[in-house]
Amino acid sequence: MGSWRLNDKKSAIEVEKAGLSRDMALIREARDRAAFARLFGHFAPRIKGFLIKSGTEPSVAEDCAQDVMVTVWKKAHLFDPARASVATWVFTIARNRRIDLARREKRPEPEDLGWGPEPDQTQDETLVMQQDSERLGTALAALPDAQRLLIEQCYFGELSHRDIADVTGLPLGTIKSRIRLALDKLRHAMGSTP
Amino acid sequence: MTIKHHLTESLLMGYAAGSLPEAFNLVVASHVSLCDDCRAAVESYEALGGAVLDDAQVAMAEDGLADCLARLETAAAEVETAPPAPRSANQAHSLPAPLRDYVGGDMDAIRWRPVGGGVKQAILRTSESASARLLFIPAGSAVPDHGHRGVELTMVLQGAFADATDRFARGDVEIADEDLEHTPIADIGADCICLAATDAPLRFRSLIPRLLQPFLKI
Repeated sequence: MGSWRLNDKKSAIEVEKAGLSRDMALIREARDRAAFARLFGHFAPRIKGFLIKSGTEPSVAEDCAQDVMVTVWKKAHLFDPARASVATWVFTIARNRRIDLARREKRPEPEDLGWGPEPDQTQDETLVMQQDSERLGTALAALPDAQRLLIEQCYFGELSHRDIADVTGLPLGTIKSRIRLALDKLRHAMGSTP
Repeated sequence: MTIKHHLTESLLMGYAAGSLPEAFNLVVASHVSLCDDCRAAVESYEALGGAVLDDAQVAMAEDGLADCLARLETAAAEVETAPPAPRSANQAHSLPAPLRDYVGGDMDAIRWRPVGGGVKQAILRTSESASARLLFIPAGSAVPDHGHRGVELTMVLQGAFADATDRFARGDVEIADEDLEHTPIADIGADCICLAATDAPLRFRSLIPRLLQPFLKI
């Protein structure tokens, strides 16, 4: 890989995320193991953390994070960069693995929503998807802690709003309005120009 | 077809997050198969899931990468090269694909059992935390007055029904809780077929009925 100068406007995170979709393409097109190792370095600790926060034993989480990465390798040809960022796609694989792990059940998938490559995809769509993903991450990080933590709890594990209320001791109405407020802020951030 | 009654934000988010019971997942997947707006919402919530991953990092074991690379060797033979065959496009009179997986075919493969008054049902096999069934309501007939012990989602697959709250046609979902007592009546024009899921607790708690449950179903 040749050296290249960083564009001053790009943050380190943006460069890293751009690297993720390039690495994903290298896996898809060339079964590139070095690219896989880089994706592993980025995602495996996140998947492991996600599974542990969802209530999985750390040793099981280590093993399952590896499983998820093996699935990423095996299903790389199904990844469609015009449809989702790499992080979104990896999340859906990790989520399905968690459902299988916790309940031994399959998740019903909607019709015609396979991650099939679409021949008419353009560079532009891929770029927009990637930028959206970055803005969403930034917007999530910018939320007040209480709101961000509630959003995260919606994703970690089997917690319904009622369960979250039990854990946090907050009344159910407060939980719902905080989640709604957080989602509204994220929507606002995504609707505004970057 | 215009869908008027959509899923709530918390159902769409729960589906994307993977926190709903299987029976509810089935309703969401079926509705999303017919509704582009809700599909877009699910994809947004999945993107949010991707962003949430950034806040959850736990170091992998030292030899984690080496182990995983070794597993790629054995996985090499299984690499899927072709995308799975596309499931057939949605037709106006067929079941959405996720439901066909549970029925084992289309409308004609549903194994109906009469429950009285011309109404028929077919229980679908899902995990126990919630149950799902298909309901057949003859044109012009009513489902007897009933309340709900938990949350009940009813999605129309064919025909339409109306109750005191509104009219529901193909793709529409009625979300009912403990507060709703209603008498849904099928439109006169066609028999109505619905998918209904509820998280109400199962009725039988003692041992003997639990043993009978596989035969009685709920």
